[in-house]
Amino acid sequence: MTKDLVGIKEMSKEDIEQVLLTASSFKDVLKRDIKKVPALRGKTVVNLFFEPSTRTKTSFELAEKRLSTDVLNFSVPMSSVVKGETLYDTVKTIEAYGVDFIVIRHASSGAPHFIARNVSASVINAGDGINEHPTQALLDAFSILEKRGTLDGLKIAIIGDIFHSRVAKSNIYLLSKFNTSIRLIGPPTLIPDIGDYNVEVFFDMDKGLKDIDVVMMLRIQTERQGRGFFPSTREYSKYWGMDMRRLNLTGKNTIVMHPGPMNRGVEIASDVADSSRSVVLDQVTNGIAVRMAVMYLLAGNGKN
Amino acid sequence: MEKINNILLIKDGHIIDPSQGINGIGDVIIKGGAIAAINLKNGKRDRAFEKTASGLKGLPDLETIDAAGLYVLPGLVDMHTHLREPGHEHKETISTGTMAAVRGGFTSVCAMPNTNPVNDNPTVTVFIIKKAMKEGFCSVYPIGAITKGQKGEELAEIGLMYDAGCRAFSDDGRPVMSSIVMRRALEYSRTFNVPIISHCEDLPLADNGVMNEGILSTTLGLKGVPSAAEEVMVARDIILSELTGGRLHIAHVSTAGSVRLIRQAKEHGIRVTAETCPHYFSITEDAVKVYNTNAKVNPPLRSERDIEAIKEGLRDGTIDVIATDHAPHHRDEKLQEFDKSPSGISGLETALGLGLRLVEEGVLTLDALAEKMAFNPARIVGIDKGTLRPGADGDVTIIDSKREITIDADAFVSMGKNTPFDNWPLKGIPVITIVRGKIAFSVERTAFSEGSGIHE
Repeated sequence: MTKDLVGIKEMSKEDIEQVLLTASSFKDVLKRDIKKVPALRGKTVVNLFFEPSTRTKTSFELAEKRLSTDVLNFSVPMSSVVKGETLYDTVKTIEAYGVDFIVIRHASSGAPHFIARNVSASVINAGDGINEHPTQALLDAFSILEKRGTLDGLKIAIIGDIFHSRVAKSNIYLLSKFNTSIRLIGPPTLIPDIGDYNVEVFFDMDKGLKDIDVVMMLRIQTERQGRGFFPSTREYSKYWGMDMRRLNLTGKNTIVMHPGPMNRGVEIASDVADSSRSVVLDQVTNGIAVRMAVMYLLAGNGKN
Repeated sequence: MEKINNILLIKDGHIIDPSQGINGIGDVIIKGGAIAAINLKNGKRDRAFEKTASGLKGLPDLETIDAAGLYVLPGLVDMHTHLREPGHEHKETISTGTMAAVRGGFTSVCAMPNTNPVNDNPTVTVFIIKKAMKEGFCSVYPIGAITKGQKGEELAEIGLMYDAGCRAFSDDGRPVMSSIVMRRALEYSRTFNVPIISHCEDLPLADNGVMNEGILSTTLGLKGVPSAAEEVMVARDIILSELTGGRLHIAHVSTAGSVRLIRQAKEHGIRVTAETCPHYFSITEDAVKVYNTNAKVNPPLRSERDIEAIKEGLRDGTIDVIATDHAPHHRDEKLQEFDKSPSGISGLETALGLGLRLVEEGVLTLDALAEKMAFNPARIVGIDKGTLRPGADGDVTIIDSKREITIDADAFVSMGKNTPFDNWPLKGIPVITIVRGKIAFSVERTAFSEGSGIHE
């Protein structure tokens, strides 16, 4: 792998496969009684979260600790960012501490790319604006592999606010590198033109769900309602919410995924979220293994 | 002792002056800061020229420029420049901005009013003019704001600013969102027969976008501005111009749809003129890839199809002017997250070279380029510039069309090094820029001459 993980777009299929393979070894580690390995002992990681995050941050932090790295958490409300420091100065300062990894979440698309150009540490994108969330797509792929054994030949529906979802974008870029069929389902206001990624668009959810193997639900941001993307969560739920009736329109072995946090009763009904078809909690566990794999490989391991 | 440079003889250059239909080898004489005579060496003997020339012999203040193999054009006029002073002197000053202008071959620039304070009253206008007379390297014509504080609500003192020296009015950087305010501005401006320059952007439709809307904006995760955000305002302003009879000038045209609307309006005899900028016919949105903030500009860089339409608009006369929209920013301001970085390209020092690419490509003749970079902007703004007609100001740009250079942003004399054209090879540069009979810039001497910013 290259120095940084800024996006799935920038990754080769081989790199992705290597992450998935390495993650399965780390998943085995996580099943042990003692879950910690000395793989990256002596390395320092800073978690630089400019946006509120509980899940991704916790997952990264746990992955970092399982790898025996020294972890620094840089939380924005307490930092000099509130004093008006530029992102450039913030990361140059952090670099001067001598860190090996910078994990960044930022509201501006391209912020990880900007940082990666300006520091020698490895930069890992933990979500940038409405661009990408590459480790989420990797853990989603890992979770699909775990349940279905392969990505090839699968029909996958990504449902909801594609426009504002960095999870959806990263998943589209990842899945399109494999032999999959991708369907995007949602209201026209939330489905952007994505060009050559070979996706099918359905505004009618019932039609779009036919023969689907994997359902990826996206969190719908309720504040989008006020900005005119859809009239109400009630109406949204009627046309694009996942419930048992709709789940039964898909194949028998169809799995349902959600990156969390879920809006129960809006984009996903509770009976679906809690059903045996839901892999939401597997995604959470797999996230740690995948993030361990990413850091392990970026540190230069796994090279022939 | 400083040389007076009272008489300047530019010998044997290839003179291009669309205002008089001149395209031929000859000499230009500038006397007392004004064009005195032109002698074309096409066999005819120009009596007026000989009379002037005979009086030159033996004069100690005669300076001769050998322009053999070079093009001699009327001094270029940029009708869309941000000089940033007063208020944003960390980005550019009247001194550095006009220095960049003469290095780029411009002898006059029109300064946009989005300064701090805004040029929305005659006091600011006078400040700019006085500062330019003292420190400027070329002529500076301030553009006044259409509305107070560029807020789009109340008309600014257009008449008083006109009397103080403003020759056009614009809220550039911001649109006049209210249709009734735009209607009043177009109506009221008729008193002074000045153009209203419209920054066409429907703000709610642009929705804080930071680049062109399309597949690339989706895959970069950046919010897009649809072409429609420009086009609905172009259409609105054309309709208001027709309603009021006011003179409308569309700034920085970036889309194929705008070109089509302006073409139709001109066919219907509506008083509309239009400009585009070198970046809109030279590069596409692809320049934004890897989040290059130096390619962030408003309106945003568009598609190949838009470039083709803009070139066609330049070719058929729909677009009258090539302006720079010179928008210098401090390095720190561009060294930020893409969506936080300000929009704008430092354009004065690359505009002519990029314009000459159109001549090389066969889109424009050199005569047409001179028309769009000198004569037309002067005509639209109503200043006696952009011509080599005897009696006009002695503003001349001498171009070496064969000289090849590589653009070096760090070497810009503008304080704004923000250009997406860094390291581009260009063929053709201004070698001497003469402002009112005085050599303001010479590439050989790499010398600038201050204090040419005299204003009539």
